[in-house]
Amino acid sequence: MIAGPLMLLGLYVFPLWTIMLGAPQYPDPLGMNIHINGIRGVNEFDIQNIDGLNHYIGMKTLPKPEEMWEFSTFPIVIGIMIGLGVLIGVLGYLKKVNYKWFLGWFIVMSILGVLGMYDFNAWMVDYGTNLDPNAIMKLANPDGTPMTYKPPLFGHTKMLNFDVTSLPSTGGWMMFTGMMLTVVAYVIGWKNHKAVARKPREVQTS
Amino acid sequence: MKKIKYLFGSLVALAVMLAGCNQGTNSGNGALSSSAAEKVYVAPGEQDEFYAFLSGGYSGNLTVYGLPSGRMFKEIPVFSQFPTSGYGYSEETKPMLNTSHGFIPWDDLHHPDISQTNGELDGRWIFVNGNNTPRIARVSLKTFETEEIIEIPNSAGNHSSAFITENTEYVIAGTRFSVPVPQRDMSIKEYKGNFKGALSFISVDPENGRMDLKFQVMMPGFNYDLSHPGRGESHGWHFFSTYNTEEANSLMEVNSSQNDKDFIAAINWKKIEEYVNNGGGTKMATNYAHNVYDEHTHTGTSTMKNEVLTVDPTKVPDAVFFLPTPKSPHGCDVDPSGEYIIGAGKLSADLTIHSFTKMLDAIANKKFDGEAYGIPILQYEDVMAGVVKSGGLGPLHTEFDGKGNAYTTFFISSEVVKWELGTWEVIDRKPTYYSVGHLMIPGGNSRKPFGKYVVAMNKITKDRYLPTGPEMEHSAQIYDISGDKMQLIYDFPTHGEPHYAAGCPAELLASNSQKIYRLDENKHPYAVTNPSEARVERDGNVVHIYMSTIRSHFTPDNIEGIKVGDKVYFHITNHEQDFDVPHGFSMIGQNTSEILIMPGQTKTSLWEPKKVGVWPFYCTDFCSALHQEMQGYVRVSPASSNIELSWSLGED
Repeated sequence: MIAGPLMLLGLYVFPLWTIMLGAPQYPDPLGMNIHINGIRGVNEFDIQNIDGLNHYIGMKTLPKPEEMWEFSTFPIVIGIMIGLGVLIGVLGYLKKVNYKWFLGWFIVMSILGVLGMYDFNAWMVDYGTNLDPNAIMKLANPDGTPMTYKPPLFGHTKMLNFDVTSLPSTGGWMMFTGMMLTVVAYVIGWKNHKAVARKPREVQTS
Repeated sequence: MKKIKYLFGSLVALAVMLAGCNQGTNSGNGALSSSAAEKVYVAPGEQDEFYAFLSGGYSGNLTVYGLPSGRMFKEIPVFSQFPTSGYGYSEETKPMLNTSHGFIPWDDLHHPDISQTNGELDGRWIFVNGNNTPRIARVSLKTFETEEIIEIPNSAGNHSSAFITENTEYVIAGTRFSVPVPQRDMSIKEYKGNFKGALSFISVDPENGRMDLKFQVMMPGFNYDLSHPGRGESHGWHFFSTYNTEEANSLMEVNSSQNDKDFIAAINWKKIEEYVNNGGGTKMATNYAHNVYDEHTHTGTSTMKNEVLTVDPTKVPDAVFFLPTPKSPHGCDVDPSGEYIIGAGKLSADLTIHSFTKMLDAIANKKFDGEAYGIPILQYEDVMAGVVKSGGLGPLHTEFDGKGNAYTTFFISSEVVKWELGTWEVIDRKPTYYSVGHLMIPGGNSRKPFGKYVVAMNKITKDRYLPTGPEMEHSAQIYDISGDKMQLIYDFPTHGEPHYAAGCPAELLASNSQKIYRLDENKHPYAVTNPSEARVERDGNVVHIYMSTIRSHFTPDNIEGIKVGDKVYFHITNHEQDFDVPHGFSMIGQNTSEILIMPGQTKTSLWEPKKVGVWPFYCTDFCSALHQEMQGYVRVSPASSNIELSWSLGED
């Protein structure tokens, strides 16, 4: 249980999510790494170059850390969850709290995760659809509606000449692994509990 | 008698050529030709195995090709103005072409040589010579741009250049024409005994490649034709071929061809270096330009130097010797081991191979055959290791495959001959189309050649390609030399007149090749690193426009307050930090070329408006979907007008 929350420390170093943009003119794709405290280019000048391309279709520039409250709040929330998780783990080891607290932490973390994803998706909707009315290129879908450019939350989509792929990155995978470890801790705790509960009966039958 | 001999020689050459042609036709049929196609085919999206840097001769520039495809990647401007990039036209690069004779827009670029460490190519820089107004240039193999040019005083026809010693200690530049030193008004007829041949040793800073003319060895007034460094055991020596040891000054083709033997001059530069380091040599007043390009200020600076250290070779014991070599030798090539020095007597059929060990032995035992101007001449038989009875005519230049074989070009008989070091036996011969000068094996002038391909650079093209009038590009041929027999696999046109080339494996350079210049490292005094700094400033009739570019606009793009008679400097900084997104700039009626500005770079273009009006400028590089919109206007008012300077972008 202690190891699981500690895996979340990876989020302070590695990106949670990565969105890659490849096109014929970009054999080395442009990419953005979404960290809990900001968006950074996969290569040094990728953010500048993505912004440069996006200005043609009227997209806003990618937010700097100070432009979104999430990038200052997320690190604190994650920090609190790591602290809580480790505390629960230690107390669980010392048998001060029972294994159900492990599941509790997992559920809270999952709810926060879903909220985070919802928030992230909401930003991407705004980023991809709230376009400058004076954009250089105003493109329409075949049905006549204005074309929008929301990147996928998960998976691949084709946007104009770009192939856009959005997938969890190292930090994200570490978080998922850490969360699963807490579930494992819960299951082990539950099994031990059952075994302990069964033992007195075994004594009785012998 | 001489004439008859020459005529006979030509007939022999013709016969050899015809025989060669037949051979070529036979092997060009069927399965063999399809395997040749496979060998040179580099599929779309694939990359070549080797870089080849071919000199551009009278184009003054260096061209970059891929092997085995023969595809040209780039022309690197070195000694010639180059409108494509604005080299030699932009204010930053004009100083690169400064000399003691003033600005020279051109030179004749002959021999490239890649820097070495421990006798192996290290891919840091490539050095080239300017033959006409003697200069040596250093080109970065990170940016593929000319970084430095140094003029060589006391030299004329800088031909036995630019050759690099085993650890790039020196780039060596010898004079082809001997001249009065110092230059003075004297009768040409007094050449003999009075003219001097300067051999220059230019030290190279191991950190940044900066060149410094360390000393000049003032040799007798012969013609120093080509040269090569010793390597391995012979490291520390440098060998120069000579002709016109007759010291003739007119009708040279006859009068300098009278001696049966000329010399290969062996120079122990380590001894001379030691002599110089201990205070030897004579300082001489002179005047030469040293031009350095700074990658961070994106600007070249020309400095005039006024002193050179000269060395009288007779004052340094055991430092300089002459090795008799038949028939006006051209090529003077050293094998990968450093033991054999190959002299290609260009008026003969044979190659003379000298042994370095035998040379040292002859020197130790003082087996001299007289002297020339106080320089000992060694006995031919004592230093000669062997003769290649080639069966060809007019040997010029030899390179090596690292497997014990040598490959020599024959100009008159128009062929490449493969022979074995040590046995001196000819193994194979293949025709070239036509009249080959030099050849190149990647790494062929080093301890470690990559003996897979030979590139033959020909002097005559004739019918090899679709005709393009009297003037055409020179032809080159690629031979596969991985087998026992050479196989002609490709034929491609070059640019200018390649005299020599240098090649190296692609992986030595490809990963180091720079993609952009960092804007945050731009130290150009007129750079604008943020569009908000873009502005126009006037100082008398000089106007500085601090301009920035990014897809797809100039900042500013409307400028007023310029007057007829102004000198207007457009200082343009490209704010892109994306690979391969240059922006160009050109102004209508400008008496200069456009400039092409790489990402992160600043370049300056001068415009002196002569007519009142509103004049457009535009981006010359198709930079983006809105490239056609990348344009602007300058209002030019009469010289007497009082219109204030103003500038804007996107205002109504």
